Amino acid sequence: MQNFTYHKPKTLSDAIDALRESGGDVLAGGTTVVDLMKIGVRAPAALVDITGLATLEGHEIGPDRIRFGALARMAQVADDPALVAAAPVLTEALWKAASPQLRNVARLGGNILQRTRCPYFRDAAYAQCNKRNPGSGCAALDGGETGHHAILGGSSACVAMYPGDWAQALIAFDAEVRTEGPGGSRTIPFAQLHVPPGDTPEVETILRLGEIVTDIVVPLTPALKASHYLKARDRESYAFATVSAAVGVEMDGDTVRDARIALGGVATTPWRARAAEDSLKGGALTEATAREAGRIAFADAQELEGAAYKIRLGPDVVAGALMTAKSRAAGEK
Amino acid sequence: MTHDTVSLRAGISRRSLLGTTGAVSAAMAFGAGRASAQEAGAGAASDAQPRIELTINGKRRTLTVEPRTTLVEALRDTLGLTGTKIGCNLGQCGACTVLMNGARVNSCLILALSADGAEITTVEGLADPDGSLHPMQAAFAEHDAFQCGYCTPGQILSAIACIEEGHAGSADEIREYMSGNLCRCGAYPNIVAAIESVRDGKGG
Repeated sequence: MQNFTYHKPKTLSDAIDALRESGGDVLAGGTTVVDLMKIGVRAPAALVDITGLATLEGHEIGPDRIRFGALARMAQVADDPALVAAAPVLTEALWKAASPQLRNVARLGGNILQRTRCPYFRDAAYAQCNKRNPGSGCAALDGGETGHHAILGGSSACVAMYPGDWAQALIAFDAEVRTEGPGGSRTIPFAQLHVPPGDTPEVETILRLGEIVTDIVVPLTPALKASHYLKARDRESYAFATVSAAVGVEMDGDTVRDARIALGGVATTPWRARAAEDSLKGGALTEATAREAGRIAFADAQELEGAAYKIRLGPDVVAGALMTAKSRAAGEK
Repeated sequence: MTHDTVSLRAGISRRSLLGTTGAVSAAMAFGAGRASAQEAGAGAASDAQPRIELTINGKRRTLTVEPRTTLVEALRDTLGLTGTKIGCNLGQCGACTVLMNGARVNSCLILALSADGAEITTVEGLADPDGSLHPMQAAFAEHDAFQCGYCTPGQILSAIACIEEGHAGSADEIREYMSGNLCRCGAYPNIVAAIESVRDGKGG
């Protein structure tokens, strides 16, 4: 690992200044930053350790929304029984991610900003990576392995898949992200935080230098209560998603009043499947309509030889998740 | 000098000899990428290098580290606590698992500087001063829960925390919540049995 200067500011304002002056990276849990530094993908001149900023910790369930501090640890949040009851998709998307050791250290703010696991991005020996080395090409698209890449939201410059789980729950349920930066504070709808690769895959979010995520807020809705995170993957545990779905439903008798669907393991950014949601609203939720919603969610999937299996698997994952959400809406476990 | 000619008389181990000759060659090849760190008082420490305090197995230690020194490197190389192993070095295998402020963590992904002030428990801290094994250590021996032993310190620390967290309710839950510790020898069924026996208070 290249050496760097280490800063541990005592206030948010000092942290923002340290980031701007040093041009360095934020260090919170470190499970992404230290990993990338060890493999030579990132070599920041400075790390600004924000774990001393106590105001960014904790989480609370309020009357109409849940607030998560950006420094809340994945493990603490996942184990909160009140949250399990109020928003199962939010806790499932946490405990089904990573490992217990990682969840004890990783913070929510870092979790949503995690980087792709694309093997070409992660291996500096590959010169061809438009995300790591702008303008150099894409080793995956240039005859490489594409089995774990994106079939939604990709471009001719990059098909790196966004691997995070919790972000799918957030985008499905209209979360917002609050930040503090050199320009002051702002609130960003979660769906706007990440940007697809387009011609500039090195740009992954709209965050600016020195801007720090402080909170994540999720509105409470009936669909959030009858929600589920289904994660299909090569192993039973401790693997990234092959295809996953964060879903929730609100039923009015036998009619769907609200449906939420987001897809993991298949897109370049957190991915809301609105057309699939719309196909369910106002109608019955049966296995047939659930499968149709799944088909619609993947209808615009791009051709990618190695990842074609995701188009076959994906609708089943969506349908399965919806049926679990339906039983939760009916009060069953 | 080769291993064959090393004297194994009391006090000189291969590791301590390699440490001495290693330090000489490292000093000559400074900047080759190897982090250098020292325990406070062990020699001339650069004013530019930060000092941190860690409480390791109940004992307070002060050490000088580079910013890039990870916790596992500080434990093994600076403090000579080599019970904690490095497997993948990327937080993927769990061999480096230690307890930090009571929680199990991958020490290879934690910068020592960021652990300043923490209480750390390593495998060396589990047995009683009189040498009596921790119940989890005894259970691993009783249930043949290791073969090569390389993942074992991490498994044991992780297993202790798994029960403490309340995530050892069933064999399925144990498997899920021990999934962060890989074992290439495949001792998993016996690891689960060892954990169940400690959970049930059946001793080692």
